[in-house]
Amino acid sequence: MSALLRIEDLHMEGRRPTGEWMPIVRGVSLEARRGEVLALIGESGAGKSTIALSSLAYARPGCRFTGGEVLFDGTPVLDLSLEQKREMRGRRVAYIAQSAAAAFNVAHTLAAQITEGPAVHGTMPQAEADTQMVDLARRMRLPEPERIGRKYPHQVSGGQLQRLLAVMAMSCGPDLLVFDEPTTAIDVTTQVEVLAAFKDVIRESGAAALYVTHDLAVVAQMADRIIVLYGGEIMEQGGTDQILHEPRHDYTRQLMAAVRPPPRASGSGADLESSAQPPVLSLQGIDAGYGGVKGGKPGVQILFDVDVDIPRGQAVGVIGESGCGKSTMARVISGLTPSFEGEVRLDGKTLPPDVKHRDKKDLQRVQLVLQMPDVSFNPKKLVAQALGRPLEFYLGMTGAERDRRVGELLNMVELPADYAGRFPHELSGGEKQRVNLARALAAEPDVILCDEVTSALDTVVGAAIIKLLESLQERLDTAFVFISHDLSTVASFANRIVVLYAGRVAEQGPTRRILSPPYHPYTRLLLSSVPEMRTGWLEDHRATREAEQAMADVVNIGLTGCPFHTRCPLMIPGTCDVKRPPVHRLEEDHRIACHREIGELQEAPGVHG
Amino acid sequence: MIANLIVRRLVLGVITIWVMSALVFFGIEILPGDVADAILGQGATEETLHAIREELGLYRPAYVRYLDWLGGLLRGEVGEALGTGRSIAEMIGIRLPTTLTLGGLTAAIAVPLALSLGLIAAMYPGSLFDRAITFGTLIVISGPEFLIATLLVMLFAIELRWVPAVSYLSQDPTFQQIARAMLLPVMTLVFAVLAPMTRMTRSAVLNVMASPAIEMAILKGVPRMRIVLWHALPNAFAPIVNVIAINLAYLITGVVVVEVIFSFPGVAKLMVDGVQSRDIPVVQACAMLFCAIYIGFYILADVISIVSNPRLRHPK
Repeated sequence: MSALLRIEDLHMEGRRPTGEWMPIVRGVSLEARRGEVLALIGESGAGKSTIALSSLAYARPGCRFTGGEVLFDGTPVLDLSLEQKREMRGRRVAYIAQSAAAAFNVAHTLAAQITEGPAVHGTMPQAEADTQMVDLARRMRLPEPERIGRKYPHQVSGGQLQRLLAVMAMSCGPDLLVFDEPTTAIDVTTQVEVLAAFKDVIRESGAAALYVTHDLAVVAQMADRIIVLYGGEIMEQGGTDQILHEPRHDYTRQLMAAVRPPPRASGSGADLESSAQPPVLSLQGIDAGYGGVKGGKPGVQILFDVDVDIPRGQAVGVIGESGCGKSTMARVISGLTPSFEGEVRLDGKTLPPDVKHRDKKDLQRVQLVLQMPDVSFNPKKLVAQALGRPLEFYLGMTGAERDRRVGELLNMVELPADYAGRFPHELSGGEKQRVNLARALAAEPDVILCDEVTSALDTVVGAAIIKLLESLQERLDTAFVFISHDLSTVASFANRIVVLYAGRVAEQGPTRRILSPPYHPYTRLLLSSVPEMRTGWLEDHRATREAEQAMADVVNIGLTGCPFHTRCPLMIPGTCDVKRPPVHRLEEDHRIACHREIGELQEAPGVHG
Repeated sequence: MIANLIVRRLVLGVITIWVMSALVFFGIEILPGDVADAILGQGATEETLHAIREELGLYRPAYVRYLDWLGGLLRGEVGEALGTGRSIAEMIGIRLPTTLTLGGLTAAIAVPLALSLGLIAAMYPGSLFDRAITFGTLIVISGPEFLIATLLVMLFAIELRWVPAVSYLSQDPTFQQIARAMLLPVMTLVFAVLAPMTRMTRSAVLNVMASPAIEMAILKGVPRMRIVLWHALPNAFAPIVNVIAINLAYLITGVVVVEVIFSFPGVAKLMVDGVQSRDIPVVQACAMLFCAIYIGFYILADVISIVSNPRLRHPK
């Protein structure tokens, strides 16, 4: 069959903040056929999205086409008039964006936006478009397909929005679908269902698809063919199995090496001499939340009775879906969100709940590294000033002593000492995150809180940051609290893992015990939802009852019973929905909060192994 | 949720007006001289001063007089003018419609004009029209009302002799007289408020135009006009409404300058005359009226942006 989309020797440029134009796509040629999913993979800056968007004859602001051709169904689309491009977009080529929450317009109902395509392209009357939307929503297994269109974007969950974006894309029956990192912003548990829905859509419509992602395990589920990009050039292309299992190009091998294996007990990193150590930091019976406190309770309670010990010099991973209270836990430890019940103890000394009441010494001992390296620096201050400030404030260093220490800190995070003279905008995302880490280290703290520190970074860059954290943790006597929704990353690095669900600790213990039976049912759901780098995993996984059950609901902060009971395949009616689960205490301080007996929790996650 | 937020704004508004009343009262209180001095002027003797102070109760402590005055305001009794003894409420009542017409006419011209200019500029950013708007509004923003008014008078009243330089209205004015009297004051005020509103509309819409939701609309093949009006404008609504309300409130201060320059018989002129003749009750009453209007616009802006937020209108 002839190609639906043919890109020939495409050249594009992007404008730097300084104003000059730089090549960002250099001579890329590719073909996509009907009924085929072609994946574009690579790090950010590889030109994946830019190339994918060229199939819509669209260059983002600050980008421009400089050479080559894009042929869609035989038509050179770059030469079309604005009006002709508009007629093609949405009707023949449809786009599914990275973040549905941002792509939908908050001011209009979902139905108005989904049926807008047929209306502006005149493909069908309004009534027919409405019926079609309900039908597509049903096929996407969205709840209440007849009524969901009447809602506004903020009234539905992220995973549902992402599927609604696919409904919108399908509304004009396009021939080519462009997926731009469509599951990057959502949880693993939700990702499974969204990927399955996308796959159904592609198969049923017989359209061609471009699938842009940096997640290789996702690629394994979705793609027929893969193109590996680096710096705007094609490094390698081939069938999915060939690229994933027999990569030929060095860069592809490098990409594969950066992929963390799915979390398994055997593969997991640093082991312990753990529980012997007295905890450097301990949370006891923490209740916390947001909103004004009334009658001893805040408006919205997020954390419920959280007990967690952080042993000195160890890495503790905190995992759970979004909305489970991971970041709130970090904020309680740092005092930014004061707990209203329970205690935060540092070396046995109770800290004031509110950061305002903590003294300099308390502040120095707990440091925070934030998620977004791009916005956590003052753009007007040099790296030397950003790092010098905590040195002066906490340690009283000045002059040459401070400058020498800034150099040492940069070396600790594997950056050259002359980076001290740079401004934040002269650093890459990964380098900024290293400086962020150096800033936390500058205070010589006992505990460093890392809140999703790699989630804004690429796989390869993120993997390097994790490696750095591992080596720092081995060398220093600092404890790390590592918050992430990425189970593989946490499992590879943490000595202990805390699994949070709806603000409660579902399970906690040494990493290898968390990753092997007995499992808390929620831990098992999380583990089994991490895609494996093999084709066919998605289909296998969906057949399991965990996936079936977990689909039933999203994270709800329930006040009675076990919060997970609405999604739990092992739920005991009359018990789990009414009573708080007891905490089973096993060896090495491994704790599981569940009504089931330990024996019943021994079963391994469905599809693994 | 919405009702709660709106009530909170209203309560804050009332508190602000109350604080303003105290500032107005005690601000005038600390000026040298008092009402008795003002009434008697040059010919005051110790005895007459004493008699009037006795009569007006000026020997009572300031806070008692403040509460007395505040109580009067709440009951709608603002007292009498010192010079003429006429009811201040009546004096304001006669002049308020003229001032409101001036402000209303200005708003009726400036708001739609600013919205259209701002939207067109935002629809074609970087175009010649856009650059002309950006440049022109910048120049106008930099010129104060009295300068604009003076230039307009020089051009239309002195050079061209189309309209009078002073806006005098006879007892029973014809429509033509009113139009001629209003032309220059309204033009001056339109110039003063048009520029910031246009710029804010443009930048609020452009801000939204850079969002992923707009990129999505472009990639759906939505026509440009519909993108701006249906996708971008509703999301730019809150900042635009805010800047409109702030500028309408700002009209109040503009009105003072303009009414004085053109001797326009409105409330602001009344207040300035009151200042000149040291007619303190008149000044206080007018000041409170302007404060209330000013704060009223701000509250209105807040309420509209609350109501236009879909997250608040359609809670989960």
